Amino acid sequence: MSEKGYRHIGKNVTRFDAVDIVTGKTIFLNDYKMKDLIYGKSLKCPYAHARITKIDISKAQALPGVHGVLYYGNMPEMCKGWGLNQPPVCPVLRREASYAGDVVALVAADTEQIAEEACGLIQIEYEELPAVFNTWDAVKPDAPLVHEEFDSNILPNVPFIGENMMDHLVRGDVEKAFAECDYVLDGEDAYDSLGCPMAMEPPGVIMKYEKGRMFAWPTSQVAMMYGGAIGGRMQGLPIETTTFNIGGGFGNKAELPLISMQTAVLAVATGRPVKMNMTKTEQLAIHDQRIGMYIKGKVGIKGDIIHAIQGTIYLDCGAYNCCGQWQMGVGLGECQVAFGKCQNWDLEGKLVMTNHVQTGAVRGFGGQEIKAVLMPMTMKAAAKAGVDPVDFIAKNFSETGDGWFWRERNWYECRETDWKPVIYDAAEKFGWKDKWKGWNIPTSTDGHKAVGVGVSVHGNADIGEDNSEAYVRITPATGLVYLHAGIAETGAGQRSNIRKYVAEVLDMPVEKVILAPCTTEANPFDAGPIGSRCTLTLGTAVTKAAEDALRKLLEAAAGPLHASPDDLFFRDGMIYYKSRSDKPIHPAMLLPFATTITGYGQYLADYSKSNFNIYFAEVEVDLDTGETSLKKVLVGTDVGQIIDPATLEMQIHGGFGAAAADTGLLEENVLDKSTGRILTGNMIDYKWRTFDDFPPVDTVIHESQPEISRFKATGFG
Amino acid sequence: MDRKIHMKVNGKEVSFIIGHSEDPWVVPDEETLLTTLRERLDLTGSKEACGQGACGCCTVLKDDVAVPSCQVLTANCDGADIVTIEGLQDPVTGELDRLQEIMVEKYAFQCGFCTPGIIMTLKGLFIKNPDPTTEEIKEELSGNQCRCISQYHVIEAAEAYRAELDAQEG
Repeated sequence: MSEKGYRHIGKNVTRFDAVDIVTGKTIFLNDYKMKDLIYGKSLKCPYAHARITKIDISKAQALPGVHGVLYYGNMPEMCKGWGLNQPPVCPVLRREASYAGDVVALVAADTEQIAEEACGLIQIEYEELPAVFNTWDAVKPDAPLVHEEFDSNILPNVPFIGENMMDHLVRGDVEKAFAECDYVLDGEDAYDSLGCPMAMEPPGVIMKYEKGRMFAWPTSQVAMMYGGAIGGRMQGLPIETTTFNIGGGFGNKAELPLISMQTAVLAVATGRPVKMNMTKTEQLAIHDQRIGMYIKGKVGIKGDIIHAIQGTIYLDCGAYNCCGQWQMGVGLGECQVAFGKCQNWDLEGKLVMTNHVQTGAVRGFGGQEIKAVLMPMTMKAAAKAGVDPVDFIAKNFSETGDGWFWRERNWYECRETDWKPVIYDAAEKFGWKDKWKGWNIPTSTDGHKAVGVGVSVHGNADIGEDNSEAYVRITPATGLVYLHAGIAETGAGQRSNIRKYVAEVLDMPVEKVILAPCTTEANPFDAGPIGSRCTLTLGTAVTKAAEDALRKLLEAAAGPLHASPDDLFFRDGMIYYKSRSDKPIHPAMLLPFATTITGYGQYLADYSKSNFNIYFAEVEVDLDTGETSLKKVLVGTDVGQIIDPATLEMQIHGGFGAAAADTGLLEENVLDKSTGRILTGNMIDYKWRTFDDFPPVDTVIHESQPEISRFKATGFG
Repeated sequence: MDRKIHMKVNGKEVSFIIGHSEDPWVVPDEETLLTTLRERLDLTGSKEACGQGACGCCTVLKDDVAVPSCQVLTANCDGADIVTIEGLQDPVTGELDRLQEIMVEKYAFQCGFCTPGIIMTLKGLFIKNPDPTTEEIKEELSGNQCRCISQYHVIEAAEAYRAELDAQEG
């Protein structure tokens, strides 16, 4: 028993898939065998913007082993109304190509090699069209249109998942507030690295169309939501989704809109199950990249508090927007979490299309990108005011009683939040007071090397994002409990850890909780492990489902035992009178033969609580070359309650090691703006951190036990 | 003329004819060892991720040397002794290799896609150098990519494995 009396929560439980992972038996999409499966490949346009003037597919069609060659002129009838982009009005195959890499033809064949060869046999000619690569140019009235389906390059703010997402945050009176400020800073900033988190397993999907339903096996983090997202692009076609283990997600393997739609079109055209699996180069160069962010704005500081923020932010969606409206709504909310004391806002967002690779979610969902342009401006203001950045974070980050508008502009008052203890514990352990010598002053210099320290912060109310449901089914005869929760395993151990909640409620061994396969046919809805959700959302749903099942079981047992349910308890698959805890009663003796007890649990979205992580880094900079190396890192967080210490520690490692450090120092896709081509589509030119380049990392983990759920856990993210 | 090659994969003798045909035992000369392992021998533990020899997911032992199997032609494997991740577990008892057990004990993976390659790289390292320094472990693994950031736990696992080997030696 832990100090809080938990049997499983807060203790390490070995992942259920651990032995399969270390023996190579784990099935990822590409390891899955399916009868009659054929393979898809695509032909891409080499120009940033072009129109097809001539296309001849006859040689490709004639190649033995080819089952289908598609281009804009021979799309299956039922696929003609399907759409890419958001709003989804661009056909899956078009006569125009809107970025270098845009898919203009698809081939399905017996093998990937044959499909690739057939792509090379398609004879195609283009007329090049003018292209535009940055938002400043794209919003000019005379800018070339990225898509002829739209009147301008600014995308309309259409409803997303039934919500009208916030695109203009207005609070207080900014003009009056700026007049009250001690310092006001005007500026422009950009965050346009076109980053790709480069999950180890490249994106892929199998699609099979049968009897009016599409069956999908995608490398998707969001098995239960994938069908709604992709089905929405297919005029509401029902989609059944099954996922295997996912080889890393990072938000970047959720909807997979392009490859999913392309594969589905091939499946309809050929009547066969079709798999498309991206190469690493395709993953780097034509899969969803990080949305670009540009700001023209103004920040005002009064004393040491950010008092007013005003500006326009441009989100560069590339040629096909995946979910920018949603990212904008979340991002504008997340800014208010970070600057919780600021009461005066006028921040307007615009989604802009340009002629480069499409964008989508990448480690975060709008907030990281907006803060990446807003935070430097606010920190410059803090520097002007001479405030210690740790104090600045402590004084400006939201706490109980502050609040924010979220997504549909609904107001949420921040609750159960005081981050100052973890901020200052982390600062002390890092040695901040000794190391920080003032703004822009190195901690030390030695010849051409300077050592300096920095601090940053992340918090997001998306821990309570969207809805989750779960069923818990007790089978008295075997003592096994079946959990139906549609959670994909992307590496965070959620498919294992989610069972601990059920085992804790039912006071039973975790290994006797069996999780149903991750398929829509076996599970209710869950938005999936995206953003920082799941620990609170799905965790609450499965907890409630287990509680509901337990209540029903004890009610069913009460009659035969001539007792009140309150007089009974359940442990390790047995029922006991509270007065006779030495005498187990097998529940199967009390219930009708072979029947089961099913509980249902639901979590509904609530954005009134954020998570919190603070990052400290010590870096050494070569003053001649600018080369920056990480010397020491410390991550502080308050997770409410630890669910699994080992997986939490590894989440923290990922949070700093890839999401923070690589985003800041390494990751960048280089776009050649003379040709519109990505120059970094390989693992040498696209930078990543190798095993021998990791600094020592330390952690400070608080468990403040907020009253937000039975187990009080917020997670890390 | 078609050529016949023989190799040992996880202790079993296999042979292929190098040539072009749809027969499953006829391997084209441009086929990589990774494709042969995954597609012909159903050994899918070795993962295909980059196909460029840069990520290490497809690492296997070829004559006790860790190699990226996507960069090795099957046609060049005549006489080779190949061990894949599937070859480490005892096929009869199901007992794991001690390194595999330690990887589980130390929680040395997250998504697990890179894990088979990491284990095979470490096996290769410990065969050529049973007592590597931690710096040598990191250097050897620098060709294995992991994006979930399990590096700290992997190094901990490798150090624990080294300590056990040291104890056995001592």
